[in-house]
Amino acid sequence: MTNALDVQNLAVRFEATEVFHDLSFSVPRGTCLAVIGPNGAGKTVLFKALIGSIPHEGTISWAPGTKLGYVPQKLDIERDLPLTGRDFLRAKAAIVKASDTSIRIALNQVGLDHAMLSTPIGNMSGGRFQRLLVAFALIGNPNVLLLDEPAAGIDEPGQERLNAMIGRLQAEKDVTVLLISHDLSVVYEYATAVLCLSKTHPCFGAPRKVLTPENLRDLYGAASTFHVHDQPGN
Amino acid sequence: MTSQEINSFALCLTMAIAAGLVGCFAVMRRMTLAADAISHIALPGLGVALVLRINPMLGALTMLLFGAVLIWALETETRIATETITGVVFSVALAVGTLTTSGEQLIEALFGRPGALAVPELIVGVVAAIAVISFILVERNRLVIALVSPEIALTSGINVRRMNLLFLLTFALTVALGLRYLGVLLMGSLIIIPAATARHLARNLTQMLAVSVIVAVTSTMAGTYAAAVFGRQSGPCIVAVAGAIFFLSLLSAGAVKG
Repeated sequence: MTNALDVQNLAVRFEATEVFHDLSFSVPRGTCLAVIGPNGAGKTVLFKALIGSIPHEGTISWAPGTKLGYVPQKLDIERDLPLTGRDFLRAKAAIVKASDTSIRIALNQVGLDHAMLSTPIGNMSGGRFQRLLVAFALIGNPNVLLLDEPAAGIDEPGQERLNAMIGRLQAEKDVTVLLISHDLSVVYEYATAVLCLSKTHPCFGAPRKVLTPENLRDLYGAASTFHVHDQPGN
Repeated sequence: MTSQEINSFALCLTMAIAAGLVGCFAVMRRMTLAADAISHIALPGLGVALVLRINPMLGALTMLLFGAVLIWALETETRIATETITGVVFSVALAVGTLTTSGEQLIEALFGRPGALAVPELIVGVVAAIAVISFILVERNRLVIALVSPEIALTSGINVRRMNLLFLLTFALTVALGLRYLGVLLMGSLIIIPAATARHLARNLTQMLAVSVIVAVTSTMAGTYAAAVFGRQSGPCIVAVAGAIFFLSLLSAGAVKG
């Protein structure tokens, strides 16, 4: 299996503060890597380094032909900005030369009402705006999705739909997913591998091996438990 | 109308359209104060050009473009906030400009001057305005995405650094377009006020661009007419009309809190 991403000896520092160093991992094509860790461990910083928006040391190699779709954690949008969902999504469609149909497909995939197209993005609720960002990322058929807590602010049914969509994209379109999530049950269900970011206890491996009570306690610094229920076939 | 008046009308019209369009993105990029400051960077250019006895507009344009690149470079290479950088560059430009221009020249530079328009000046002005208008209309999608999130823009294949530089240069060129009639002090206002008006009247981007252009063109035409009728300078009249439209627009429902 070829890799969608190879990272070697990655380090990011802001002046005197080192966020992480000597980070090496690979993400095979069509798999899902979950990045977990406590607040401040550098999960979002890792994504920003991967997309090339902040300076870093080490090597980041995306496979040739990689098309990225990125959903950031949180965006501060001014409430009176006269930009509608349509303005935002059409801008992406125009740049990647996608049709208006691709906008409708993306909206359906994230379960957003088409009436949202006429709503100014500053007036959208946090959950709806988050779904819009996911729809934006899907336009142009990316083969790699970087999702920084994509379900934050989205209601329970919306989260389930989003998680199901991520699983479907992987299964049907061989999309590689890099996911930051605090929801360990989602990580367990969808991730092929888990990268734990921590200054003292970094780890990398299959969810079943990494998401142990001991590792989680070391990672989050408090008693964390995570129950894995027996599933058919396990 | 004389040919001189037609020339002036053509330049004013294209300048107003360019100002209305550029202003929309300047306002959405929170450059409201920076816009005024950047326009003052023209002052030392005007002063040095007068000392060297070359065309003052050429000096102003050179200095504006240099100022735009300087702000972009400092913004990109340092961690200093854009507002701080612009404030420092603006203050230095104002000091150098005041030192290199005499009282009467300074007033002309600040508020513009009436007078005959040479044909080459008209051609260069109209071509530059069309370049500004084309840039905004062609790049509006990339500007919108970069405005919402530079990171999303980056992953959408947009060179954000390059886009920021091009926008600053386009902004500087637009300021230079208005220096002749409005002057340094008022051109920044013609860029910002129509866009600020459009921001709370419009519900989407196309509406904002259209309203901003209409306000800029209306202000320029009405202001120029009022200046001729009352025997006043056109620059202050144009900005006064734009300001009046802005305050009238506050009566609209969109500007009311709640």
